[in-house]
Formats: sequence, structure tokens, C-alpha cells
Amino acid sequence: MIETVNLKKCYGDLTVLKDINIKVNEGEVVVVIGPSGSGKSTFLRCLNCMEDPTAGSIIFNGVDIADMKVDINFHRQKMGMVFQHFNLFNNKTVIENIMLSPVYVETKKLKKAKRNNFFVKLKQTFGIKSDSQIIEITKTKAQIKKDARENALTLLKKIGLEDKADIYPSQLSGGQKQRVAIVRSLAMNPDVILFDEPTSALDPEMVGEVLEVMKNLAKDGMTMVVVTHEMGFAKEVASRVLFMDEGNILEQGTPQDIFQNPQSDRLKSFLAKVL
Amino acid sequence: MGNFNKKIEVFKDVFFDGGGYKTVLEGLQNTIIIAVVGLVIGVFIGTIIATIRVLPKYKTLPKVLNGLCSFYVGLFRGTPIVVQLLVFYYVLLPLLEIKMAAVTVAIYVFGMNSGAYISEIMRSGIMSVDVGQMEGGRAVGLSYGVTMRKIVIPQAVKNILPTLGNEFIALIKETSVVSFVGATDLYVAFNYIGSNSYEFMVPYLVMAMIYIVLVLLISMLIKIIERSLRKSDRDR
Repeated sequence: MIETVNLKKCYGDLTVLKDINIKVNEGEVVVVIGPSGSGKSTFLRCLNCMEDPTAGSIIFNGVDIADMKVDINFHRQKMGMVFQHFNLFNNKTVIENIMLSPVYVETKKLKKAKRNNFFVKLKQTFGIKSDSQIIEITKTKAQIKKDARENALTLLKKIGLEDKADIYPSQLSGGQKQRVAIVRSLAMNPDVILFDEPTSALDPEMVGEVLEVMKNLAKDGMTMVVVTHEMGFAKEVASRVLFMDEGNILEQGTPQDIFQNPQSDRLKSFLAKVL
Repeated sequence: MGNFNKKIEVFKDVFFDGGGYKTVLEGLQNTIIIAVVGLVIGVFIGTIIATIRVLPKYKTLPKVLNGLCSFYVGLFRGTPIVVQLLVFYYVLLPLLEIKMAAVTVAIYVFGMNSGAYISEIMRSGIMSVDVGQMEGGRAVGLSYGVTMRKIVIPQAVKNILPTLGNEFIALIKETSVVSFVGATDLYVAFNYIGSNSYEFMVPYLVMAMIYIVLVLLISMLIKIIERSLRKSDRDR
């Protein structure tokens, strides 16, 4: 589903990622662990081109999205991302946060279809042959909004926050914000969700509720790439664990391989410190 | 004090019976129109310039646009507004052979002038919004422009509203220079009353009071807008 080929990222003279080749398959939960400064977050942010890779390519659903000519926004719609600091839109209510992008994307499609149909009809009336066909319009703008709202409410109900739909993010706790952020990326029906240290900015008490949502997602078969310091989560949920150090992927394997039977000294010393 | 009462009588005479109030109303109207429309134009220009100036600059086009915007801001901040008015009215318009009413000219000049100032206010507002807001928008597949318009700029405007209010108040008061190109504003109106009665004390006093009342009204308006925009914030 996602494949990185010779992915490299430099900030000036500093090389953060050195030649990374990784394949993430559908339905996999890939957990990336490693010391801070090892390039985990940069790697994750490169996957959806939040940071533009210096070299190499990222193949997502068969398209190289590292190519600057590609419409990155289109591909990001199928690639959710959850941040350490939630990044909910402060000027929108919870439900508006969730609805904003689906509604925008659908409305844009609708406008495009209408414009297309207008020109096709125009050409037909003048008897000019046109290359494009009439696109059937199934939904009005009001319907798009209504559907998005219903979908958002269903998703909110799943995480038990449907009563918070109309309040602003500033009135939510950290854990609630992060759950809403997860739902916001789910609302786009993504093929994969990237998690950038989703629990690192949370109180210990709230970590559990966020991990619970993520576990349920994994159970439902969502493809996930998770950068985290929660080793318990990695052990329990991961289908594959990557250990990164100094911009390289030093080791990868099943949680058992990594945690019970580490090969390199670097991983051994890392695990000794965090476990 | 008897002297002062007499002066008030003279002013009343000219103001009510002599039709002075008509001029004053016209002046008041022009002052408000120039300031309000000027501010709207200014916010529009300012927002565009600010958005261009915060663009990531690793491509050529943003660099060129950024240079143009810097030039614009430098030009309009570097000359007094009176000079801009005079140049526009007595140099540019005749050269281009365009006929335009003095008030219209004033609206454009004030708009462009405040646009230069507001662009910097707006830029600081945009930069005060957390980078995460932009990242959040991009991550759900919205483009830079849409995220800017729907997420970042609304929050930036909220942050800069007090400063924007300042700019509006300054604009109202600065309109008193439009008499240089022959437009009737509050100053011209009261000056007219004064010269008709050879008595300037009361007209200028009333003029000052009208300006103060205007500014106080605007401050109240800004406070109301600010409060309604703060509803997404935590109580403080």
C-alpha cells in the first residue's frame, strides 16, 4: 500500500533519514520505535509529504506522491494523520472539525460535475462533439452536508463523545481531543492512518482511552503506521515493529522478534532503558 | 461666559437656520464612507499581501510576489497619506486622463494606504496561529489556500481584532486630510460654518466632540465583535 524507495531527508547538512526502504501492506499495523532524534517522526511525516523528501520516492496506491507534480491533497485525503498535539481546528466545533474536509471535497466534486455538465450540454446544443460525458449528480449540497453530519455523529458515538458535538475543542480534555482527531481522519474514509506520537502529550490517565480507540481501529483492519513510545501498545497490537536509530531502520520484525529476541546492541540497550 | 453664550447662538444660527447642518451631514457621511470602505479595501489588500508574504519561499513565483508586496508596503508606508492623496489626484489621474470624484479618490487612497499597514498586522496575526493548524488542515487533504482561508485567517483575525480596531480609529481621524483634494469631510464642513460666521471656537469644539463620539462608538462595536468571536475560547 505504501512503499518507500531510497527515501532520504536532509535539513541542510544534517541527514535525518538515510536511504529507507519500507513496505507497508494493507491491514498491517506498523509501529515505529526508537530513541528521540532517530528520525521516526520525520519518517512518518515524509510518508504523506508533510515534509518533502530530499530524495527517493513514496509509492502510495501505485502513485509516487513524492513527485511535486502529483496533487498531494488528493492523496492525503486517503491518508489520515493524527498528531502529537491534536491540531484540531480551534475555530470550529467538534462536529465541524470532522465534517469540514468531507464536505469540502464532496462539494468540490459536485461543482466540477456541474461545470462539466454545463459545457457538455452547451456543446451539444451547438452540435459540437465533446470528449467528456455527462456526470450524473446524485447529491445536492444540502444532502452532502446532511450525510457528512450523520457520518460524523455515528463516528462520535463510537468513541462516546456524541454529546460533545457542538462544543469547541478548547473545552475538551487532551484525551478527548485526540479521539476527536482520530475520528476527524476517519471521516475521510482513509486507506491508512499515520499516528505521530499520539499519546505523548497526554496525561497518563488519558493515554488508555486513546490507545483503546486505536486498538479497536486495528481490530477493524485499518492499516496504521504508528510512531510511539508506548511499548505495551507495540507488543499487543503491532503486526510489525520497526526500530529506528540515526536515520536508519536497524531492525524490523514481529513484536516477539523485537522485544524477546533483539539482535543489535543498540536495540538491546534501548529496550533495557524503556522497558 | 456671556461672550461664549453669544458664540453658541451664532453657531446655532448658521448651523440650523443657515443650513450648515446639511454640510455637516454630508461631511459626516463622507468621513464614515471613506473610513469604512477604506478599511474594507485595506483588509482585503492586507489579507492578500499577508498571505503572499507568509508563503513558503522555495519556488520562484512566491519570491517574486513577495518582492512586489514588499515594494508596495514600502511605498505606502514610506510616504505621508497627504502626499499619496495629492499624487493620486493631481498627478496620476490627469496623466491617465481619468475623471474621478474626490471622495472616490480618497476611498481608494485610504484603502491602499491602510492595506499596507493592515498587511503587516495580518501577517503578525497569521504567524501567531499555531503551525499545527495548517498541518491539521493539510493532513485531511485541504489545500494550502483553503486551510488558510477557512482555518488560519479566521483565527488570525480574531487575534488581531484589537489592533485592527486601532487602525480603523486612526483611519477615521486621518480622513480629515481629504480636504487637500477638495472633498467635503467633517473638517471642511465645520470650517465652512466657521468662515460663514467668522466664529471658529464653537464649530471646532463641536467637531472635536463628533470625532470623539464616533471613535467611542467604534470602540464599542469592536468590543461586541470581539466578544462574539471569542466564543470558541476558554473563559478567561
